[in-house]
Amino acid sequence: MTVPHPSAAPGPGAAGSKAGGRTSRRRPPRAWLGALPLLVFAGLCFGLPAGALLYGALTRTDPVAGTTEITGEHLARSLRGPYLTSLTGSVELSALTAGLATVLGVLIAQAVVTSRRGALRGAVLTASGVLANFGGIPLAFAFVATLGISGVVTEIGHLDALGWNLYSFTGLTVIYLYFLIPLMVLVVVPALDGLRPQWREAALNTGATTWQFWRHVGLPVLAPSLLGGFVLLFGSAFAAHATAAALVGGSVPLVTLKIADALSGNVLVGQENVALALSLDMIVIAGLVMAVYLPLQRRSSRWLR
Amino acid sequence: MAALTPASTARAVAPVKTARRPRYWRGAVLTVAGLYFLTPLISSFVFTVQVPNQGLTFAAYSGILSADGFTESLFLSLSLAAATIVLALLLVVPALVAVRLGPPRLRAVVEIVCMLPLVVPPIALVTGIATVLRWGPDHFSRTPLYQTFLAVQNESFPVVLVLAYTVLALPFVHRSLDAGLRAVDVPTLVEAARNCGAGRLYVILRVILPNLRSSLAGASFLTLALVLGEYTVASLLGFRPFAVWIVSVSGAEARMSVAVSLLSLLITWALLLVLSRAGTGSAAAVPAAAPTPVPGKE
Repeated sequence: MTVPHPSAAPGPGAAGSKAGGRTSRRRPPRAWLGALPLLVFAGLCFGLPAGALLYGALTRTDPVAGTTEITGEHLARSLRGPYLTSLTGSVELSALTAGLATVLGVLIAQAVVTSRRGALRGAVLTASGVLANFGGIPLAFAFVATLGISGVVTEIGHLDALGWNLYSFTGLTVIYLYFLIPLMVLVVVPALDGLRPQWREAALNTGATTWQFWRHVGLPVLAPSLLGGFVLLFGSAFAAHATAAALVGGSVPLVTLKIADALSGNVLVGQENVALALSLDMIVIAGLVMAVYLPLQRRSSRWLR
Repeated sequence: MAALTPASTARAVAPVKTARRPRYWRGAVLTVAGLYFLTPLISSFVFTVQVPNQGLTFAAYSGILSADGFTESLFLSLSLAAATIVLALLLVVPALVAVRLGPPRLRAVVEIVCMLPLVVPPIALVTGIATVLRWGPDHFSRTPLYQTFLAVQNESFPVVLVLAYTVLALPFVHRSLDAGLRAVDVPTLVEAARNCGAGRLYVILRVILPNLRSSLAGASFLTLALVLGEYTVASLLGFRPFAVWIVSVSGAEARMSVAVSLLSLLITWALLLVLSRAGTGSAAAVPAAAPTPVPGKE
């Protein structure tokens, strides 16, 4: 039982590990070297832009004197006027679509989970996996062809006479639901699977009504998953840019569109720092979202076993 | 014990009660959902083949291949995707193996580093990258480093996009591979292989990776879908891969842009099906991989 050939690297496993097995397993020295490329890459390609963003959002360089000083001016500007409108617009749109998608997604997921046909379940899950990916540019164009000014459904239903306009807040809501609902289905199906039929039977046996079962057992068990799903959808809708950019241009005030405008130089000189400050606002909001989501996900995963 | 008897009677009663009621709402929900999700697909197809005053025509589809810039942009997107997949896997696989062999604190560090990009929306990342790229001409134009700035932004193969996409893909690649590695007892496998005389590289290539086949495929697919559909970063940095091309032709060739959008959905669908067949856990692969691609679609 001697270690035959500890290979080129000096040491690891040679002395201590042969007899003790699992308990006295020695960790190879320098194993962390394997993680080094990743950490260096992240520092360079993620840390550097993030640092530049932070620096640009919080400092002002005097073009004449060449001095740089810390200032809250850009952040303050990003929270005023049209910029504030775009931030609240984004938050409203994300909250509305995430809320709707949570409710509708749970309904669909429950319909699938309680169905006895396995084929239906497989089909819905696969379709959800694809549709949740179907965001961005292709989605925008599919809806232009459907509900746009000369879209097929618009012409069949004469929706324009009814005041329908795809290039609006409502139109964006309809489009965002198209990828948010499948995402919610994917998130919540495992949680609904975790609702064991025995719990329901136990509740009914002890005299509970269906309503009481959902009120006292079902929803409390599902709550972390539902809230986590909502938060995930919110973040996803909040960060979305491509769909809105291809579709509405500037007619709906969204923070991602404002940032893109400022970056591509469609506005006055000196707006770059405001774009950076707006990005920082977005990061703060997305960070809050993640701070809620991750613990919830950990909590809900208890029931998914 | 006493509870068992009522349980069985309840079960005998329950199907009568539950079988009738849910059938209506379940059917209604699924029908409405089906209509909502199928209508855009069907009417997109109708939109592309039906031209007013001309009747049915497939010109929108047959014209795609010869369209100006289609091949270049698609080729650019595919090669960016290939490079991103290779880079992301090269970074994450060794890190995750190291996490399982090294000190426990490393695990938390790697997880946080890989999850951080989730907090930064693509548009915020691109503002940061644009700022950094502007430093090139501003501060480094006299140093050898300037050549690096130029090379990274080479029009024919913008490395900066590969780097940005790898950052965006890190959370999904990490989650997919981490789930795969959870089923593998890495330290035992590594020790066993090393005791038999295998080198480090050999252990990773011939022992660890074959165990990860399905999650590697999952990670690669997600990255591919992310890169093919990415618009925000590329358009704001001024490059012209596939998604940017679709937008640029939409003004003149509305039908063709819809046709290409539809095709890209079908291709994604086919890839996902292939993937779920290829992986061993066909049913598990989809839900495990799918909830992750959130910011990717932008």
